[in-house]
Amino acid sequence: MSAMTLTEKIIAKHSGQQTVQPGDNVWVDVDILMTHDVCGPGTIGIFHEKFGRDAKVWDKNRVVIIPDHYIFTADLKCHRNVQILRDFVREQGLRFYYDPEFVKNEPGMPNPYKDPTKTTYKGVCHKALPEEGHVRPGEILLGTDSHTCTAGAFGQFATGVGNSDAAFTLGTGKTWLKVPPTMKFTFHGQIPPYLTAKDLILLVIGEIGVAGATYKTMYFAGQGVASLTLEDRMTLTNMAIEAGGKNGVCDVDEKTLQYVRRRSQVKQWEVFRDDPGAAYCFEREWDLSTLEPLVAKPHSPDNRDTARNCRHVKVDRAYIGSCTGGKITDMIFAASILKGHTVKVPTFVVPGSTEVHADMKRLNLRGAAKDTNEKSIEDILLDAGCQVGPSGCSACLGGPADTFGRLNSTETCISTTNRNFPGRMGSMQSAVYLASPLTVAASALTGRVTDPREYVTTPIQTGTAGVL
Amino acid sequence: MNNIIRGKAFVLGDNIDTDQIIPAKFLSYNPSDPAERKYFGMYAMDGVPAGQSGLPDGNLRFVKPNEFKSEYNIVIGGKNFGCGSSREHAPLAIAEAGVRVVVAEFYARIFFRNCVNGGYLVPCEATERLVDQVHTGDEMIVDLAKSVLTNVTRHRTHVLKPLGDVAPIIEAGGVFEYARASGMVKK
Ligand code: SF4
Repeated sequence: MSAMTLTEKIIAKHSGQQTVQPGDNVWVDVDILMTHDVCGPGTIGIFHEKFGRDAKVWDKNRVVIIPDHYIFTADLKCHRNVQILRDFVREQGLRFYYDPEFVKNEPGMPNPYKDPTKTTYKGVCHKALPEEGHVRPGEILLGTDSHTCTAGAFGQFATGVGNSDAAFTLGTGKTWLKVPPTMKFTFHGQIPPYLTAKDLILLVIGEIGVAGATYKTMYFAGQGVASLTLEDRMTLTNMAIEAGGKNGVCDVDEKTLQYVRRRSQVKQWEVFRDDPGAAYCFEREWDLSTLEPLVAKPHSPDNRDTARNCRHVKVDRAYIGSCTGGKITDMIFAASILKGHTVKVPTFVVPGSTEVHADMKRLNLRGAAKDTNEKSIEDILLDAGCQVGPSGCSACLGGPADTFGRLNSTETCISTTNRNFPGRMGSMQSAVYLASPLTVAASALTGRVTDPREYVTTPIQTGTAGVL
Repeated sequence: MNNIIRGKAFVLGDNIDTDQIIPAKFLSYNPSDPAERKYFGMYAMDGVPAGQSGLPDGNLRFVKPNEFKSEYNIVIGGKNFGCGSSREHAPLAIAEAGVRVVVAEFYARIFFRNCVNGGYLVPCEATERLVDQVHTGDEMIVDLAKSVLTNVTRHRTHVLKPLGDVAPIIEAGGVFEYARASGMVKK
């Protein structure tokens, strides 16, 4: 039997074949299908149209619905879309639905949750999926969102699909896949304190371009990746789509298993690895000690430069949030720099999920439960002058005009998000620099794009934040 | 499937992402509601920067204000057409505006799949760079069976790549029709 990659093995297993090769078209059984408030209504409409008004989904334990995109807006169509999800969940008896109970289909902006531990609402689907135990090694996850590739950090095949694909899977439990060839990116050494996974993925995207991985798997390997927290690995796989990748994957190790054992709704999974001699269509290696903090300049994620080279660029605001840069470890990275200082430009912080938000209140800067008179991560950010909004996608994709942090005019923003296409965060006149939470926090303090090496000297410990 | 499509070209550049094709602020319309669905046609390409909208001159609107259909029914693009999000609203919006076929150098993966599986548009791939050769408004004919694009205005023909693996799904009209025809899903 010829040597296979992790991705090929997962696809082979789910298609009932011994082996598959890049380029093969196969039908596979899907383990989990996820949808949200933007694509859910369209998916549900197609499902009813194609399979009938009384049709049932293929498995009510394998459909996960996570409203996250347009939650905090007065746009009534958005409230209505949440209601469409609720009706479908009830009609189908779905087990896994995370309701923003404060969205009431009545005029005006919904009142956000008061206490992030006392709401069924989660926030960004890609953060909530692993938190709620829907992500496991060796499985196939489809989601109606391009950043579904995030879950590849857990050694699974995860990719984004459209409404028709999702509706087809809802009815049949299947989808067709063209087996992607694998590109291997190896990082040697240990992650230095001034870098995060965001710098690594901006490096890779800058190297291969926004279409460099089209139809391909991006495999992130090496000691450098092993040295990252699981959350930071999610930042790598999250942005695979920004290079056009079909999926991104990391190896499964003890960090992965610790997380999955604790959280997974299903207690069985299978760990696959690349065979020695597996074929890669592209290989590149870097030593982490030779790299420096990077940004992607407007208006493309592959428009790479060093933060240092951009030090003369003035920014009007900073944004810390999204499935890429709104995790608890991202908050600790940012807060470590902001602690004891005051931001010079408006700085918007949006927790990726309500769990992240709860952890921001519960944990100290080292990622441990805080003592009564110790400052929480949220306290530190608020003291520095940041504005903290409720969890969700928020201004990452612009959204309705009343969205928290949205760029409504000619602002230049430095952001921990993933896309800086024209108008992505709101106005067509705005401009976005993508950077790590360290670089964004340093820039918030100076009002210019700032290399965080001026602020970080000792390693930032995130402890068990985002794991336990 | 009708194999000959004739109409006026609308020309765009490289990396036309789904936020340009249909900006996020319009995604609250429900595509499954016919009364709301037509707005995707109205706002198709609304996020393309003005200077790049309708090349080579730019500053052309794909859909005139307050109209639901475009006067153009063939879209010509460059590299990585449809990159960005997985929103199926993107091919749907282009189709809703009246377009049947897009011809680009190559596509982002999810957009391509959505065109095919949803049966909205035929995503043809060119064998050469067309965005420098075709002007917005040129009269074009696409022959899908022969994989040829003819520019009637400029008296040129361009060879297209064959549709390949996805041809049976496109011919069936989408993944549901394909699966029914092949017996995978009950009629
Ligand atoms: S946070 Fe941004 S990139 Fe992530 S799912 Fe939401 S809109 Fe998409």
